[in-house]
Amino acid sequence: MEFLQGVLYYLVKDAPIFAAAAWLTIKLTFAALVIGVVIGLFFALLKISSSRLLTGIANLYITIIRGTPLIVQIFAIYFGLARIYDFGPFWSPAIALAIHNGAYIAEIFRAGIQSIDKGQMEAARSLGMPYPLAMRRIILPQAFKRVVPPLGNQFIIGLKDSSLAAFVTAPELFAISMRRAAATLADLEMYAIAGLYYLAMVVIFSFLVSKLEKRLKVDEA
Amino acid sequence: MIKIKGLQKYFGSLHVLKGIDLEINRSEVVCLIGASGSGKSTLLRCINFLEKAQDGEIWIDGEKVESKTHDLNEIRAEVGMVFQLFNLFPHKTVLGNVIEAPVMVKGVAKDEAKKEGLSLLEKVGLGDKAYSYPNQLSGGQKQRVAIARALAMKPKIMLFDEPTSALDPELVGEVLDVMKQLAREGMTMIVVTHEMGFAKEVAEQVIYMDDGKIVEAGPPEQIFENPGEERTREFLSRVLNPNKSPDQQSKKVKRLSPKKKVSGYRLEEAVN
Repeated sequence: MEFLQGVLYYLVKDAPIFAAAAWLTIKLTFAALVIGVVIGLFFALLKISSSRLLTGIANLYITIIRGTPLIVQIFAIYFGLARIYDFGPFWSPAIALAIHNGAYIAEIFRAGIQSIDKGQMEAARSLGMPYPLAMRRIILPQAFKRVVPPLGNQFIIGLKDSSLAAFVTAPELFAISMRRAAATLADLEMYAIAGLYYLAMVVIFSFLVSKLEKRLKVDEA
Repeated sequence: MIKIKGLQKYFGSLHVLKGIDLEINRSEVVCLIGASGSGKSTLLRCINFLEKAQDGEIWIDGEKVESKTHDLNEIRAEVGMVFQLFNLFPHKTVLGNVIEAPVMVKGVAKDEAKKEGLSLLEKVGLGDKAYSYPNQLSGGQKQRVAIARALAMKPKIMLFDEPTSALDPELVGEVLDVMKQLAREGMTMIVVTHEMGFAKEVAEQVIYMDDGKIVEAGPPEQIFENPGEERTREFLSRVLNPNKSPDQQSKKVKRLSPKKKVSGYRLEEAVN
């Protein structure tokens, strides 16, 4: 009872602080995932290219990024790259998250593109469309529809992973809950509140993705 | 119009085309027949460079086409192709399928492409389906859209890769009718087909292929009525009477079995 009261108390009292932190989490996630999609698409196209060199580059990137922890990548960019260029507490984790998610998104796109029937590319090429045009006009629009569910899943992971930005001083949701916990000694309450915010964001986002999925299905009819 | 000399194609160690020589004149309809695996489709795909032959020459309109010196996209834009499984673009409307290449490849203005697209769809009898999506159409309708889509590029020649093989029997006719109309209008066509009736009626030249080689080529009367090669004759008797031999066999066996005990020898004889 006392715990629930505490949660409710701080939920209301700290609402402006947490809302601002959640907003930063959303911005951080959004920036990371938009860049991540671009990176992912780029490496997916490299990976399916007929050039061994380009495929090799894509494989190297995916192997290294998927094979090392996100927190290591965030620290490498925030502390390591600081000597060359300081991206600051927002863009350092945003870039790290983008590079990290890009590797997973690359695999999602690759699978999506390769799931499109080979006849589609052949038909496009037989009409005289060059490969890049055929990819852009014929293959990718179909592939995008298929990757919405796994991409949505990756976005949810990305949203929660953004909490690691707390360790490079970004004042996002988890960082703020740590600070408030330290200030009030109400650790359980503060982390419960942070959890509630993440949960709410994920539930809303999942709902939007499933709506999008349904709409795309109707379009194809 | 198209001349092929000594075409060789390998898939890995598999030798698919073993030196094909072929000449096709303008406005000629050529039917390629032969068992599956004989290389007919591969030959067709080599002509618009969907497959690259390892050796040999392809001449189009008196010009030798080489993948190094020619923009293959330009060649393909002039060579229409219709596939067995239609390969329509499912995310585009019927009209969208037809105008895609003229607009994006040739840079035709969208309004003009639409007008031409609609008249092409009229021509294949699908004017009323312009704004439907491919998965709302029957197989025969899909294939007719695919033909209209290829025609929209105003090709010099049309390649058909078993255009009716994936269709329900009652839908074959509507596609063949469109193809016959094209032939009458003087389109140069190469058709890989199992429709011997179509070949007899429309083709100027019938080519029988087996094991990656052209066994026999000639006018349909010669190939169908008086084939010079034993292999052609065998193939045709198998294709033209597909049900005859197995039926006879089963009848024979049935008739034999009640009479007396069927010995291994008799059964074997009957089956053969």
